[in-house]
Amino acid sequence: MIKVDERGFYGKFGGAYIPEMLYPNVEELRENYESILASPDFQGQFQGLLRDYVGRPTPLYFAARLSEKYGAKIYLKREDLCHTGAHKVNNTIGQILLARKLGKKRIIAETGAGQHGVATATVCALMGMECTVYMGEIDIARQRPNVERMKILGAQVVPATSGSKTLKDATNEAMRAWINNPVDTHYIIGSVVGPHPYPEMVARFQSVISEEIKWQLKEKEGRENPDVVIACVGGGSNAAGAFYHYYNTPEVRLVAAEAAGLGINSGKTAATTAKGTPGILHGSKTILMQTEDGQVVEPHSISAGLDYPGIGPVHAHLFDVGRGEFVAVEDKDAMAAGVELSKLEGIIPAIESAHALYALNMIEYGKDDVIVVNLSGRGDKDLETYIKWGGY
Amino acid sequence: MNRIHTLFQTKKENVLSIYFTAGFPKLDDTLAIMEAIQAGGADIIEIGVPYSDPVADGPTIQDSNKIALDNGMSMKLLFEQLKGFRSKIQLPVVLMGYLNPILQFGMEEFCKKCQEVGVDGLIVPDLPMQQYLDDYKAMFDQYGIVNTFLISPQTSEKRIREIDENSDGFIYMVSSHAITGAKADISPEQVAYFERVAAMELKNPRLIGFGISDAKTFAQAAQYSNGAIIGSAFIKVLKNAADLSGDIQGYLKGLKN
Repeated sequence: MIKVDERGFYGKFGGAYIPEMLYPNVEELRENYESILASPDFQGQFQGLLRDYVGRPTPLYFAARLSEKYGAKIYLKREDLCHTGAHKVNNTIGQILLARKLGKKRIIAETGAGQHGVATATVCALMGMECTVYMGEIDIARQRPNVERMKILGAQVVPATSGSKTLKDATNEAMRAWINNPVDTHYIIGSVVGPHPYPEMVARFQSVISEEIKWQLKEKEGRENPDVVIACVGGGSNAAGAFYHYYNTPEVRLVAAEAAGLGINSGKTAATTAKGTPGILHGSKTILMQTEDGQVVEPHSISAGLDYPGIGPVHAHLFDVGRGEFVAVEDKDAMAAGVELSKLEGIIPAIESAHALYALNMIEYGKDDVIVVNLSGRGDKDLETYIKWGGY
Repeated sequence: MNRIHTLFQTKKENVLSIYFTAGFPKLDDTLAIMEAIQAGGADIIEIGVPYSDPVADGPTIQDSNKIALDNGMSMKLLFEQLKGFRSKIQLPVVLMGYLNPILQFGMEEFCKKCQEVGVDGLIVPDLPMQQYLDDYKAMFDQYGIVNTFLISPQTSEKRIREIDENSDGFIYMVSSHAITGAKADISPEQVAYFERVAAMELKNPRLIGFGISDAKTFAQAAQYSNGAIIGSAFIKVLKNAADLSGDIQGYLKGLKN
């Protein structure tokens, strides 16, 4: 049974390894999130915004030409059609409503590529709340358009100048900012990472993805369960959402595509389950890439959204108990898969999602198998990377 | 008897604990810095084990962690350096380190090494009380290592009582809503928090840390507690030191005026 326990663990992974200074904030969330999420008032607002503002349900699209090429019945779950261009907004809508119920006045967030930062800045604009986004100095330089999007939306973007100056360090800075402003501030974490209850809470907000897949597939195929669900995993929020209602349905294969970067053994990789070991990162016990001495190793992926040295604890558990099939997709293969989908279906995917698409080449399946690929984001933000890469 | 217990039995006021990061400014400075801290008249030596992601620390200590790691510091090397230090150092010694490097070393092995070299206590800021009690307390007890918990202005009275109940060395009072880093002054809100905790008459002594930097802030903090911990301000002294031992002793003597 894949389920979080009372202490916030999925099997061996999870928990809340946080400095005491954050304990009151995290405890406040832990004590309140389930009752708030269950309240009709919250659900009414959440479902209303997902429908009218985000544009849900997102289509479950039968990709005929892709299916023909790969020899299976392939559906794309079109999270790329969400407002702001990716699934990230499902979570930020949920968390900002939660923050308001808790009486918080300010929002902070971390971002890597800027997608979660944009999704956070968007809901802060929507709710009229002050927003500060921490972003690695290097990411700020390479994701200029998203930085400007956040600023247009009224957010303040603060560079993280410590460590490697990327997502991991932006997360550290956001945690430090929360320690410094514990009373009136809510920290919107962007993935299924961080101390309990964040991984489960974010997964719950993203679980709308598999909830929709179930009824949409029932309409199209007469069955709720596909044979395979494929999603990319950085921290793993879109995968957690796409897997959530299938965790305990063993006949549905759950395939997680990690970023191999330049190759698993190149030293330039983000293939966490392939190269990582159990440890603590950003407040939870999980699998992470680290040195023998327990220092966190810098990841690499062409996709900024997968450029993270750990994975959410639920994914570490899926890996540990063999419930998930993990594949590692190299930069070059993901880029090729992105171009291929563009040509075959007229959809330019985010490079993150292109990793999930390439996994179609790495796993076994039969021609009658129904496969759902979670297309977590659109490729607009990645145009510059596609242009530089070429080959189309 | 653990040196931390002995210290607080005989000294109840103006206890001065000094933090430095192992491997900073130079890889092999550890023992020289410890000797200078002792010669300068401090009461506790707190050695930071450097970590790539120190979330509770401000820019000064982050920077010292990074330099120490770049210099090649590791847990194994630190224990090598600490072998035999008890022939020169009589003060209680506490290691401050984040949980992940300790877990990779092995918690039991870590406690055992601490006992072997003569370390008295640990501060692990991201090891919450419940996890400690459930998973590690038995090991700490077996090897005679004292664990130290932090409290902050946000910590509820109920939780402070629980922490007091489960501590047997000292309680580390974080002085404000803040990560580590030297501040200019102590505010009326901080004083109210210090007084509130002092009035609780806890069984453990309390040391105030974060934002303590000079004679004035040390005296203010010590007025409401058993003493204070200085970290970032001391790291700045190390960073700028021309004569490591002389500058350390000069700085420490200046704190008492």
